[in-house]
Amino acid sequence: MKKSLRGALMIAVIFLIAGAFVFAGGSQEGEAKGPIKIGVAGAHSGDLASYGLPTVNAAELVAENANEKGGVLGREIELVIEDDQCKPEVAANTAAKLVGEEVVFVLGHICSGATKAALGIYKDSGIPVMSPSATNPPLTQSGEYPNFFRTIASDDAQARLQVDFAVDNLGLSKIAVLHDKGDYGKGLAEFAKQFLEEESGVEVVLYEGITPGAVDYSAVINKLGNSDAEAVIYGGYHPEASKLIQQIKKKNMDITFISDDGVKDETFIKVAGDFAEGVYATGPIDTSKSPMAQQAIQEHQEAYGEDPGPFYLNAYAAAQAILNGIEQAGSTDYDAVTTALRNNFVETPLGEISFDEKGDAIGVGFSMFQVQDGKYVEVK
Amino acid sequence: MDLTYFFELLLGGLTRGSIYALLALGYTMVYGIIQLINFAHGEIYMIGAFTALIVIGVLTFTGMNGIAIILIAIVVAMVFSTGYGFTMEKLAYKPLRRAPRLSALISAIGMSMFLQNYVLLAQTPDFLPFPNLLPKIARLEQAESLMNSSQFTILVTTAGVMIILTFLIKFTKIGKAMRATSQDKTMAMLSGININKVISFTFVVGSATAALGGVLISSHTGQINYYIGFIAGIKAFVAAVLGGIGSIPGAVLGSLVLGWTESFGTGYISSDYEDVFAFIFLIAILIFKPSGILGKTSAGDKV
Repeated sequence: MKKSLRGALMIAVIFLIAGAFVFAGGSQEGEAKGPIKIGVAGAHSGDLASYGLPTVNAAELVAENANEKGGVLGREIELVIEDDQCKPEVAANTAAKLVGEEVVFVLGHICSGATKAALGIYKDSGIPVMSPSATNPPLTQSGEYPNFFRTIASDDAQARLQVDFAVDNLGLSKIAVLHDKGDYGKGLAEFAKQFLEEESGVEVVLYEGITPGAVDYSAVINKLGNSDAEAVIYGGYHPEASKLIQQIKKKNMDITFISDDGVKDETFIKVAGDFAEGVYATGPIDTSKSPMAQQAIQEHQEAYGEDPGPFYLNAYAAAQAILNGIEQAGSTDYDAVTTALRNNFVETPLGEISFDEKGDAIGVGFSMFQVQDGKYVEVK
Repeated sequence: MDLTYFFELLLGGLTRGSIYALLALGYTMVYGIIQLINFAHGEIYMIGAFTALIVIGVLTFTGMNGIAIILIAIVVAMVFSTGYGFTMEKLAYKPLRRAPRLSALISAIGMSMFLQNYVLLAQTPDFLPFPNLLPKIARLEQAESLMNSSQFTILVTTAGVMIILTFLIKFTKIGKAMRATSQDKTMAMLSGININKVISFTFVVGSATAALGGVLISSHTGQINYYIGFIAGIKAFVAAVLGGIGSIPGAVLGSLVLGWTESFGTGYISSDYEDVFAFIFLIAILIFKPSGILGKTSAGDKV
């Protein structure tokens, strides 16, 4: 209650400030001269700074490149960098500051919690936001934030792909879902279960957590056999996955094994050996070898003397998409920019991307791989 | 209830129990003699598995027969592990024999961490594949869905080891000395028993069973890393306590009971609560029989 009250107060204050600016600078707004201000928000200090700083670097490099070519719409790009420490309570202040700076777009925030806290403030001020790293599914799927975009796949994207693949491509209808009880594995398994239940004619015959590191999974394998499952979707990492698949195959059970990027690891194939053949696993679409990604990485090495950190390519792509959106829209107007983002594809280190109605990037995400002759091969 | 399913779970629990038992035997023997919970026992098991993997890797190049390779690997692993067990006792436990029991316990935990990290640094932090060279028993192939060859081998080996150990303790001279040492160290010394030798022997035998377990269990699970000893060790320790720590048949019975509890708990209720069932059972047993199922009061035979 207290929090929402504070949020409401904050919004009221921002409205007052924003209103004052509109009144004071009414004539200036129309002419739109001077630099285009882009906010960059995220964790730049504290424990999670290593997640936020690569985004700042990416934004600086992209802005520099754009300015060398004469800016966007003939105007220079100016970055306004603000720290939120990945804390929701700080993020609201950060957002208020950026709104006060009259930024036209925000690149950030980094953490899902902080992003959510800031989004309402931007929404009320008509500022679009693009995050390179906030993966929490409701941020886009709830439809609450039409001003939100992201260049990373949401947490449930893997589960969505697994379910669609099992049901549509393989035509299976009796599916078991297992997980390792960890945050990652169980989170994915819960999404998979939910999506399976939404499909018609598909039955979740078993939903269980297994104990990681156990010497033997025969009981759960027997249960799996007894449940008549045609496929198992497993959320977790490769050590347990390889034990499970070994025991399934040793019992000559005909069950398709579908897992996640915790299993899409060379170690899985090495450890499970021949048993790994035919196993499906989702994994991020690998774009780091593309020329644009190589170039972006090289720019970073030249400018900062080291390899880029996490989400760098996502942030680089986001910054490019933002500038491209403004360019295509021909103005910094909210409606024009968001429409441009949704209707234009832009070439980035992550590949050619655009955005769907909800703000998730099209062309970014996961694809399905299968172990064939001891290697993961992408399944089209 | 579906009868086949019941039997699958029964046999699955039996295998799991025998896996625990191979390790629990070592815990219980050492405890029986010097009342020390040897937390590093799981690490000896892990070292046995690593040694065997290296031996197998080398011998595979010579193109030897699979059964010969696994037998040589088991022997080398046992020799190597007994070396570790012997040295460990001399370095970490013997100097603390007169110290309070807690000091030796802490020393054991330290030894466990040391060995884990030693293997982590000397070998690899990754999981390694462990080849299954256990012989395929043709007759079992038909009943593969109920029990496969490696499960059967583990089962038979555990039963064999239990019988040999019981025989060793009940009917041999060194067994008599072990029983005497366990009852009263000072009195045993006065009657001419070299208790240092007896204790070393206990560690050597315990380490050898751990190494044997390491090779068989790793063949079954198909993978090893430096951490397997800790997880398996904890469960085997629980099994030993459940059966009555210090008692050889108790360790096996406790392991089987634990294996079945987990197997049926998983099979008929949910695997989410696998450990919960195991520990609820442990608590229930300890409330009604504080010394375990076959445990004896401190006055009786401990081995």
